[in-house]
Amino acid sequence: MTTNIFDELDADDGALQRLHSRLERDADAADLLDIAYRTVDTPVGTLLLAATTAGLVRVAYDVEGHDAVLTSLADRISPRVLRAPARLDSVARQIDEYFAKRRKVFEVAVDLRLAEGFRRSVIEHLREIGYGNRESYAAVAAAIGSPRAVRAVGTACAHNPLPVVIPCHRVVRSDGSTGQYVGGPLAKSTLLNLEAA
Amino acid sequence: MAEHGATVLRVCRAVVGPVDAEDAWSETFLSALRAYPDLPADANVEAWLVTIAHRRAVDVGRARSRRAVPTDSLPDRPASHADPASRDPDLWTALQRLPTKQRQALAYHHVAGLPFAEIAELLGNSPDAARRAAADGLKTLRKYYREDETA
Repeated sequence: MTTNIFDELDADDGALQRLHSRLERDADAADLLDIAYRTVDTPVGTLLLAATTAGLVRVAYDVEGHDAVLTSLADRISPRVLRAPARLDSVARQIDEYFAKRRKVFEVAVDLRLAEGFRRSVIEHLREIGYGNRESYAAVAAAIGSPRAVRAVGTACAHNPLPVVIPCHRVVRSDGSTGQYVGGPLAKSTLLNLEAA
Repeated sequence: MAEHGATVLRVCRAVVGPVDAEDAWSETFLSALRAYPDLPADANVEAWLVTIAHRRAVDVGRARSRRAVPTDSLPDRPASHADPASRDPDLWTALQRLPTKQRQALAYHHVAGLPFAEIAELLGNSPDAARRAAADGLKTLRKYYREDETA
């Protein structure tokens, strides 16, 4: 057996890229694009952005494992997951502007279906903490009417489905130290310093 | 799913030719997205995609024969982008001269790596017949292809 003569039918990257773009458009038009995703490079690493037709549903740091996050989205929401940057162009641009200090508020539709119950209340409250401000875990717990649930607030922040866009990084310890963060403590202090500068 | 895109494109090119292959590929992945939620978690995704590609390729072939494009009005190079037909005109010409079942058996076995038992299900024949079709096709293809190359 000599070399496989069908190697001559080799699928070149140009054709595949063109076909993928066509699939993105066709799938979107046919309502088959349940979850679109793309990545964006930032000073705190490469962020994965994922959106349903309702809005931004997930932002994930490198350390969370982008493949694992996509698998989890496929399990929890829909297996129709496709790299389709168009739906996320606006979010990506706003994140660029945020890190360039040209934006203080994100204007994006969000889909909070990954945060339920108590965690959802915490996430909703986080959206009210303004740019450059900080609030303690205890203050957040008090604000949502569960002053003793300080530790649960920490857990809710750690499970924020939309870090950076929903500012869980603005929640710090009562003693003023930054505390834990889903993107790692360095990412948290980078964001806080960016907003303080 | 995208990781199987290249294999499916090569299968489509072998079965329906380089021009219709892109339509067949697009239809395949669109159908796959539609059906994906019902696919068992342990299924062989590539074999499943080839099965869909087989059906879509048959559809695309039918649509083309209905359109009945007059061949003398076709340009030499049907598309401006990197067209495999212009790069490897001989292989596709040689493939086109094979009977459909031989071409399909060749593509599903030698390009997609499907076992003959599965190919037989697609082609509606027996595994032995599928094996023979692929072997006969390959033999004829080698003959045509070598002739073309040395011509």
